[in-house]
Amino acid sequence: MRHILSILIENEPGALSRVVGLFSARGYNIDSLSVATTEDTTMSRMTIVTHGSDEVIEQITKQLNKLIEVIKVVDLTDGNHIERELMLVKVRAAGKDRDEMKRMADIFRGRILDVTDRSYTVELTGDSDKLDAFIAAIEPGVILETVRTGASGIGRGERILKI
Amino acid sequence: MSVTPNVHGQPQLTGAEIVVRCLAEEQVEFVFGYPGGAVLNIYDEVFKQDKFRHVLVRHEQAAVHAADAYSRSSNKIGVCLVTSGPGLTNAVTGIATAHMDSIPLIIISGQVPTHAIGQDAFQECDTVGITRPCVKHNFLVKDVRDLAATFKKAFYIATTGRPGPVLIDIPKDVTAASCRFEYPKDVTMRSYNPGGKGHSGQIKKAAQLLLDAKRPMIYAGGGVVLNDASAALVKLVRMLGAPVTTTLMGLGGYPGNDAQYLGMPGMHGTYEANQAMQDCDVLLAVGARFDDRVIGNPSHFYREDRKIIHVDIDPSSISKRVRVDVPIVGYVKDVLTEMIGVLEASGKRPDAAALTAWWTRIKEWQSRNCLKYKASSDVIKPQFVVQKLFELTGGDAFITSDVGQHQMWAAQYYRFDKPRRWINSGGLGTMGVGLPYAMGVQLANPDATVACITGEASIQMCIQELSTCRQYHIPVKIINLNNRYLGMVRQWQEFFYGNRYAESYVDALPDFAKLAEAYGHRGLRIERPGDVEGALREALQQKEKLVFLDFITDQTENVYPMIPGGKGLTEMILAEEL
Repeated sequence: MRHILSILIENEPGALSRVVGLFSARGYNIDSLSVATTEDTTMSRMTIVTHGSDEVIEQITKQLNKLIEVIKVVDLTDGNHIERELMLVKVRAAGKDRDEMKRMADIFRGRILDVTDRSYTVELTGDSDKLDAFIAAIEPGVILETVRTGASGIGRGERILKI
Repeated sequence: MSVTPNVHGQPQLTGAEIVVRCLAEEQVEFVFGYPGGAVLNIYDEVFKQDKFRHVLVRHEQAAVHAADAYSRSSNKIGVCLVTSGPGLTNAVTGIATAHMDSIPLIIISGQVPTHAIGQDAFQECDTVGITRPCVKHNFLVKDVRDLAATFKKAFYIATTGRPGPVLIDIPKDVTAASCRFEYPKDVTMRSYNPGGKGHSGQIKKAAQLLLDAKRPMIYAGGGVVLNDASAALVKLVRMLGAPVTTTLMGLGGYPGNDAQYLGMPGMHGTYEANQAMQDCDVLLAVGARFDDRVIGNPSHFYREDRKIIHVDIDPSSISKRVRVDVPIVGYVKDVLTEMIGVLEASGKRPDAAALTAWWTRIKEWQSRNCLKYKASSDVIKPQFVVQKLFELTGGDAFITSDVGQHQMWAAQYYRFDKPRRWINSGGLGTMGVGLPYAMGVQLANPDATVACITGEASIQMCIQELSTCRQYHIPVKIINLNNRYLGMVRQWQEFFYGNRYAESYVDALPDFAKLAEAYGHRGLRIERPGDVEGALREALQQKEKLVFLDFITDQTENVYPMIPGGKGLTEMILAEEL
């Protein structure tokens, strides 16, 4: 099962490597990881997308909580949540592909950020499935480059992760 | 201590002075260490102070082991001090050993100056990176103004919750820089709130399960020893009338000579302890972690009709290898005390008829006499040496061991009656700990008898510490069970590798008695069973001297019972079956 873990952690040097080291040392999976400081710059918020059985996810959560610098861990997939990821895709856009690419970007509510006579750079946000769908929808041969941030997540409504 | 006023007239201390002051504030008695370039400023302050004694080891690994054993054998905290680069990498084995057994420990390491970090400087290594997976926490202090608060945090983290080693890495320029010193009175960390009280509802539920049990069993681990919960455990076990087993790490946590005690469980545990672990209907696990050496194969261990209650300070130990029915997170001593209160208040008693029937079965298992071995009048049996040592010391000595067959014989045949008397590397299984462990134990308990039960292979992994023992007059007794084999490796090769003894025979051994004499100690070689008792008596009488007893033992003796790897608790090989 896919899980999205949100982690509040002290914004200290090396804190990220403790989290990443824990995953590799204990053989857990990281599908994606995104991190940045919060409105309180002494803290960072991390979103880790991982997968595993219920037992494994329980262990991951407990082991993360054991790290001295981790303040809070929440499994967003336990409740309603919003998930967004940003992707930049550089595609070949010349000749007959040019109009088609524009149309595809529009369908996926993407924005074209950069244009040359041979390429577009498209910005897309959405949940990870949507970004996957865009990649699947366009001709593989026209993709020049992709870069994704990994998912960021937040609980819906009154569900708040704060100290 | 030199105090230089700054422009504002406030006294300023150097980082090195602050280190020494912090250790004094924490009432540290001993620092085990080894000097080097990056810690010279600190050593200069060690020279000038008289608050603690420094013990100069002969290898940094031994500094950590000695500090670790100092913690294990007392309720104080061991401290060690090593230099950067190789000083630290030599210490890593010791740190990992302490970490696996949850031993509180402070490691101070020197680092190259901050401006040189990352430049591949002389004796530089990424200390925080190297030690990260084998410490409870570590710090790199880049600003002298953070030093005192870091020490306060380090001691707090090491000793609270599930204890563990904490490392403080200090660049050389930080030890030279100065600032005003003030040791924090207390520490609060929003990200670290250890402990907490066990959930009262869960404790009530557990008490009821234990009262209703027909075949209760109590399984206690190192957490009982670490949290000084022995008295509470004994009281609870007596109230319940249940059998109890203690793991390798828990030995002494329950009196080894008590009628309700079944011995150690696991790979080399007793027949009765393993059978009872498997067949009980309610298992109370206290400060233990269902380790692979304790329960064997988890799927074989699983029984649908058995309820498990698990008390531990570390939530991640619960339901890690075995699913439990009643988890209770808290300090084991507090939880057991509350459980006793609940049982007392309930006015209920366990089911006497069921207990009688349960004990009848247990007595049948005990009648197998699984620790019986063939006595010999020609060759010294290693078990016999441990038994004699137990008799002569009245079970009251501190025993350290290394790793292998001798460790298991020590655990099986020395019946520990008190906690913190059995000092060994349970989790990591580190050969070489025995002698430095004995040093740390003896310094923490200067009047006690301290014996190191070891083998000719393990002892050689830290034998240089005979020199440290000479310098500081540490009169430990070394019981070398010398079978000229890496005994446990040889045993596995005999059982599982068709008697192909690959590299497990130890050739070209030194004359250990002469070697001990060369270091200025007393050394004896004992070859006949009839001489065992006399040699042990002589060693024990020499209160002021280290005595090295080299017992030439049966070469092919095996440790029984044994559960082969991957097998279940009831699939033991017993000596009588061979």
